[in-house]
Amino acid sequence: MRLSKEDIESVAYLSRLELAEEEKEKLTGHINRLLDNFQMLQEIDTQDVEPTSHVIPVFNVFREDVARPSLPADEVISNGPQVDEHCFVVPKVVET
Amino acid sequence: MADRLYELTAHELSDLIKSKQASAVEVAQSFVDRIDAVDERVKSYVTTTPELAIEQAKAVDDAIAHGEELGPLAGVPGAIKDNMNTRGVLTTCSSKILYNYKPIYNAAVVDRLATERVVTVGKTNLDEFAMGSSTENSGFFVTHNPWNLDKVPGGSSGGSAAAVAADECAFALGSDTGGSIRQPASFCGVVGMKPTYGRVSRYGLIAFASSLDQIGPLTKDVTDCALVMNAISGKDPCDATSLDVPVPDFTKSLVDNVKGLKIGVPKEFFAQGTDPDVEKAVREAIELLTSLGAEYKDTSMRSAGYGLPVYYIIAPAECSSNLARFDGVRYGLRSKDSSDVISMFNKTREEGFGAEVKQRIMIGTYALSAGYYDAYYLKAQKVRTLLRGEFEKAFEEFDVLITPTSPTVAFGIGELADDPFAMKLADVCTIPVNLAGIPAISLPCGYKNGLPIGLQIMAKGLDEETLLRVAYTFEQHTDYHKNKPKL
Repeated sequence: MRLSKEDIESVAYLSRLELAEEEKEKLTGHINRLLDNFQMLQEIDTQDVEPTSHVIPVFNVFREDVARPSLPADEVISNGPQVDEHCFVVPKVVET
Repeated sequence: MADRLYELTAHELSDLIKSKQASAVEVAQSFVDRIDAVDERVKSYVTTTPELAIEQAKAVDDAIAHGEELGPLAGVPGAIKDNMNTRGVLTTCSSKILYNYKPIYNAAVVDRLATERVVTVGKTNLDEFAMGSSTENSGFFVTHNPWNLDKVPGGSSGGSAAAVAADECAFALGSDTGGSIRQPASFCGVVGMKPTYGRVSRYGLIAFASSLDQIGPLTKDVTDCALVMNAISGKDPCDATSLDVPVPDFTKSLVDNVKGLKIGVPKEFFAQGTDPDVEKAVREAIELLTSLGAEYKDTSMRSAGYGLPVYYIIAPAECSSNLARFDGVRYGLRSKDSSDVISMFNKTREEGFGAEVKQRIMIGTYALSAGYYDAYYLKAQKVRTLLRGEFEKAFEEFDVLITPTSPTVAFGIGELADDPFAMKLADVCTIPVNLAGIPAISLPCGYKNGLPIGLQIMAKGLDEETLLRVAYTFEQHTDYHKNKPKL
């Protein structure tokens, strides 16, 4: 499997990255090299092997359903690039 | 009090402060002055906090004056990798996308150090979002290896390792996803431990690859490593993956005894590309342990040889998801020339992320995308299972496995910049440890051309005690930890 420049553009869109032309060129070569390297995994027989997503046997960690103080809204928005009345301001999302 | 307080270890400083031979303020001032003197050349720190350090030190001195019982790290100056949240203090991940981010809460480890009354002197440089092996991927500047300023300090915790080696702090915290504590510790000639996955809370560590990331100490000797492990380990309700298991007193493992210890030496960790001088130093270290009563045997772990491709699928997959939060809405950079919300996301991320981060997000997004998931991500997860199994089997026979930390000593700044594959090989010996979730420690065991060589010791999950015992024994019979770079 080799990725074309068009494939790279589509992955970039999924990744929410607007790449410059020369970046696309560079990434195409680079990612293809990595994918070639990944092929060595096909040498290994993994039939009947369960995947590992996490190394420790911890599942469904619950705590008592007790209310705790939340962070103050003023502080929560304090890092926002554009804020107004306790809200993050973004460009219009829904067409009216 | 003696000058050069900054040269001392954490436990030596602690003794001086407790016996009132030095005040915490004197100690803090010594490190602040040291940073002023050398950081222009080493460039370990993204942000320094001298006023905060002196203020915290004064509070320690007051507490001592009032006869309060303080722990062994009280008044000891520490540094924190800049991917751990520090309330009100810049936390950038060395990325332009977080250039102005001031967290509103502390990472769990930062709170724990504060409880121990550690004095914090600053935030250390890293490869952007901890992605890299040389700290050259920092979005701001390159950190230099204190042993030779033309060499890299390793990465991604290169700032933390360089700061410890250059005496710009008594100890530092790093994070290790594929070797990011151990490999820079090796390159800079200091002690670095990656604890068992789940031993230390990741709450407030800005996530790179959540199933692999773990916080740990970089220190001047093994005793300090145990002290910092005591301070940061344990269950945290804010991190569901932190383990609810008893935390031993790690200082009890500082015992000079390896009699009957069974050492395994897996040949895959000495593969092609290993510098013969590195291999020689590691073999000599094993011989030293053998002369002290340990036994060793060569062994093989076939799937360890597949660690790199497994890692370079799983880590980018997780990072592509974790880094989706950086979109210009809630914190950090927002691109100024966007009209709609999608172009705001895309342009912000294009301007804010560096090349390596973009590349990993792209690989991860691709590996997780419909049609390719089974061939890459699922396959990698299955090989990860095989690798874990091989470690489990090895630890039925051996107490520890010993390998080089990295196949070479520190390389030159810019030397591997155009050869990302050669750069990734620097982590070939450390990556399998993260994939298996086990603990490992790196400590200095020799030099090549004046650059430190690192010895890696691995143990089974939750057996940091054996690591510390073996490392301590080695340290008691060698002088590597006492050598310092000339700056």
